[in-house]
Amino acid sequence: MVAATLERPLPRAADREAGARLSVEGVSHAFAIRGAALPVLDRIGLAVEPGGFVALLGPSGCGKSTMLRLVAGLEPPDAGRIAVDGARVAGPDPARLLVFQDPTLYPWRTVRGNVALGLEARGVGRERAARADAALRLVGLDGFAEVYPHQLSGGMAQRAALARALVNEPRLLLLDEPLGKLDALTRLAMQAEILRLWQEKRFTALLVTHDVEEALVLAERVIVLSDRPAAIRADIPVDRPYPRHRDDPNLVRLRREILGILGQPT
Amino acid sequence: MPPLRRGGLAVVLALVLPVTLALGWEVAVDTGAASGRLLPPPSRIGATLADLAASGDLLTHVAATLVRVGLGFLCGAAAGILAGAAVAMLPAVRRLIDPSLQALRAVPSLAWVPLFILWFGILETPKILLIAVGVFFPVYVGVSGAIASVDRKLVEVGRVYRLSRLALARRILLPAVLPATLVGLRTGLGLGFLFVVAAELMGASEGLGYLLVDGQQFGKPDQILAAIIAFALVGKLADTVLVALTRPLTRWQDTVRESL
Repeated sequence: MVAATLERPLPRAADREAGARLSVEGVSHAFAIRGAALPVLDRIGLAVEPGGFVALLGPSGCGKSTMLRLVAGLEPPDAGRIAVDGARVAGPDPARLLVFQDPTLYPWRTVRGNVALGLEARGVGRERAARADAALRLVGLDGFAEVYPHQLSGGMAQRAALARALVNEPRLLLLDEPLGKLDALTRLAMQAEILRLWQEKRFTALLVTHDVEEALVLAERVIVLSDRPAAIRADIPVDRPYPRHRDDPNLVRLRREILGILGQPT
Repeated sequence: MPPLRRGGLAVVLALVLPVTLALGWEVAVDTGAASGRLLPPPSRIGATLADLAASGDLLTHVAATLVRVGLGFLCGAAAGILAGAAVAMLPAVRRLIDPSLQALRAVPSLAWVPLFILWFGILETPKILLIAVGVFFPVYVGVSGAIASVDRKLVEVGRVYRLSRLALARRILLPAVLPATLVGLRTGLGLGFLFVVAAELMGASEGLGYLLVDGQQFGKPDQILAAIIAFALVGKLADTVLVALTRPLTRWQDTVRESL
């Protein structure tokens, strides 16, 4: 729908409307632990279409988060190539932003000040507050701009963290188990929220989770990773319309299949 | 309203014991039940304090003490902040100087007094130096600990949003370490007052510590008690000023405290 304007070389409008194309080719990575190399990623290859929503699913500690950190540009991969829209990732960039498992808001800044962080770093001056407030409205936090993070609930803090990313109009949003620490009900509400934001903004989304159901409700594709070092075990398209229902028999079947791949009794 | 009234009641209750004791002692001396020679009644201490204030002596002594604490505090705090930051941010510096500083910290600071007198005489330098040594350690420990314990993730968020190194230091590290630094500074200031007494006891012609020594040598307990009261007031006042000056920097923390 909105993606129809994609072809036109209008940088700002296109930036806003379109997600980035992500390509990961033969990426391997290891941690150096007391001189010994601990391999965490094993020749990962992955392509995500602009505006796609892909979930990375795997046992905890398998290296999923490392994958996101590499795509975010926080570390360079030991081997292989990561490119966004054909350009090699060489460092952090406001066009691809990482949302952490913890909201990691700065306690000494108001919610508005936290959301404006990226704009501040880029030297956006006059419209900063207005854009931060618009992002807060987008995530349903209007009226909380002047509040300090400790006054927010866990779900609200994570919404603020989402707003902090979205205010930069990222073309690729990297979500590192952003709902992992929320209670079950808040998690359901936030899943719907993330889905709505994705449908509205059409950014490309890469979600790391270990919640099979969450992956199936949100993503167009679920990539199942093996235990460390993570290699791709399966790449499963989830071809169901949104909004999805957890008890959709197709999803239930996929869930059983994925749990089987992960070696869980079904 | 109720919390306020409870606060007022707490103040009244807290005053019951000291006021009763003071009045009791006053009456006991007044009626001749006690001589009050070694422990003068509150009225005599008050009179001594008033005399000292009226003659301008009190101001001279308070000023002398405050100048020493102030200079010693500035030197000690500056050195503590610099050393603490260097040790926390540069591993090589930490390995080089932290063990030695920790060893020196274990020395009771008053043990330096004879050495400082030998080295620097009995004028202002050894006094200020002693106070600076007392202030240095809590500030050093506070600052280095605060920087070392900054949440790595807070720094990482700054990197994701591409804050420059300078902005990272100013907008993230500085506010993150401020609270613990201020605690270190307050502790340091308290120790500064502790050490100014020791410094002035080692020989001074003015200062509140001098009033103590003078009162002891000439058997004037009322003057000793007046100096003690002046110490309490000046120390509390200095602490209040420090907190008030730094409050704007930690307003977010105050809102945390209010909401608890």
